[in-house]
Amino acid sequence: MTSTPLIELRSASFGYADRKVVDGVTLSQGPGEVIALLGPNGSGKSTLVKGLLGLSDHLGGDVKLFGTALAKFRDKPRIGYVPQRHSLSTSVRVTVREIVETGRLPLRPWWRPSGAADAAVVDKALDAVGLRDREREDVAALSGGQQRRVLIARALAAQPDVLVMDEPTAGVDVANQRILADVLARLAERGTSMLIVTHELAALSDVVTRIVCMNAGHVDFDGSPTAYAAGHRRHELGDGHHHSPSADEREPGLAAIVTDALPSREVRRG
Amino acid sequence: MGDLLSLDFMRQALIAAVLVGLAAPLVGAFLVQRRMSLIGDGIGHVALAGVAVGILTGSMPVLTALVAAVAAAVGVELIRAAGRTSGDIALAVMFYGGIALGVVLMSKSTASSGNLTGYLFGAILTTTSSDIVVFAGLAVVVVGVTWVLRHRFFAVANDEEYARAVGLPVMAYNIALSVLTAVTVVVSMRVVGLLLITALMIVPNATAQLVSRSFRSSLVWASLIGVLSAVGGVVGSFYAETPSGGTIVLLAIATFLVVSVVSGLVTRARRAAHERAERHDHEHGPQCGHQAIPHDGHIDYLHDGHRHAAHKDHYDEHDEHPHERPHDDHAQPEEVSR
Repeated sequence: MTSTPLIELRSASFGYADRKVVDGVTLSQGPGEVIALLGPNGSGKSTLVKGLLGLSDHLGGDVKLFGTALAKFRDKPRIGYVPQRHSLSTSVRVTVREIVETGRLPLRPWWRPSGAADAAVVDKALDAVGLRDREREDVAALSGGQQRRVLIARALAAQPDVLVMDEPTAGVDVANQRILADVLARLAERGTSMLIVTHELAALSDVVTRIVCMNAGHVDFDGSPTAYAAGHRRHELGDGHHHSPSADEREPGLAAIVTDALPSREVRRG
Repeated sequence: MGDLLSLDFMRQALIAAVLVGLAAPLVGAFLVQRRMSLIGDGIGHVALAGVAVGILTGSMPVLTALVAAVAAAVGVELIRAAGRTSGDIALAVMFYGGIALGVVLMSKSTASSGNLTGYLFGAILTTTSSDIVVFAGLAVVVVGVTWVLRHRFFAVANDEEYARAVGLPVMAYNIALSVLTAVTVVVSMRVVGLLLITALMIVPNATAQLVSRSFRSSLVWASLIGVLSAVGGVVGSFYAETPSGGTIVLLAIATFLVVSVVSGLVTRARRAAHERAERHDHEHGPQCGHQAIPHDGHIDYLHDGHRHAAHKDHYDEHDEHPHERPHDDHAQPEEVSR
């Protein structure tokens, strides 16, 4: 290893109060990697990323962010969080730019007003998601996919070292998913590291460099997209599956497998 | 107006009106954003218990009210943070316990019932000048602190989870906003009264939402409407011999009604005048390859020889000189049908 991993988990557990949702996960993300974190609902993907952000409880194992233990990690803006949000509609009128500007707040003390440098970074973040021309519009007027891009721009405004996204394509129609995927592809080209929780690998298949699959709180696959595709064929041939057996558990991997087996990106613009 | 200003108590009342009219909507904007519009009302209930304690013990009612209101404000945030389903009931117990205690204690004091009404509904013209000085000082602090922290209050109210994830001290900002609300309630109790102050926090913001396009401009509009209502109400109550609080709130509500009717008409006229472009999945943007033409504060994209401008979730047709076109339904029907 030439450089410190951005994120390093060693048999880490996360959950809420005393209930472990993620148990014994070992995972490390290096600079420039774009990891898709897959798994059925309730497998612990969201709990895991929330654990990194301090939004769920760290219940055991080692967690290091940029080489610093999670409990001592203070430089939180280095992780750019894009929450899962179906709608940005608020009780008041808020412009696209106003939302993105909040991304700069954690980087300056409370008494300092925003300056020209802040404005320049916000401009760049808006450019990166292709919404600069709509910066003065009410966010409530944008489509779901555009709102998701606003949240990505807000995260980028903090100039993070890694983007952590929770279901960026969920509930977004195909046309908008394609635009989102293009935005993410451009970020990846620039060397942005990303950890993307998703159900829809197909939409992001061009961007992802590595796939981690979770099931029932454990990681049950970690490898390249090619290996993942090969692994799927084994699954389909009925190779022994291995999750913790429990009576009421449905075949949880199935939904994900069916989605992922779809051909990637049917239409390319051209 | 000149003879009004020559009256000492009137000058005081107008200064108080300006400060309250500025502070209340400014703090209220964030309460609206957090969907906690009515919290000021509850805090006002508890402040009444503080007033009663002050009157009974012969200390300054302003100070005891301030202590009670701030304690209630911190309590509200702690109960909210605990996130229990019974939190709602805990708030009700606190708020109604406060006002009941206030009424009972007041009845034991020698003060007249007019005194109670003065605190509940405002009686600016009978306020002592030492109180006015305290109110003015507090109001200036509220306005200053709210203005400096406005971006942070905005961020926390807009997305609490995100604010926590990036390391903003969410709880501290929530308590700060709650305490500012409490101070505003106490500062305003002689001008608009404990039972009416919430209206001055919320109604100007409701009006501002109708006319502004951003949160920033809505803050400015709300403060402006608040100041005009408060000053107008104080002047009006002097001539009409009505209570200041009720007059101010009625004025604020009248402003809201007028603005909502006018903005409704404007929206309808605009809708009639604008025409939608054909649907396309493709989204115009810097990379889309269509020529971008800056146009009147936004960007049109040249699409098959005509201009598309983003509007909400669709595109509008913008021709060469769209703003010279008469704005009524029958304008250029052949274009509408295209």
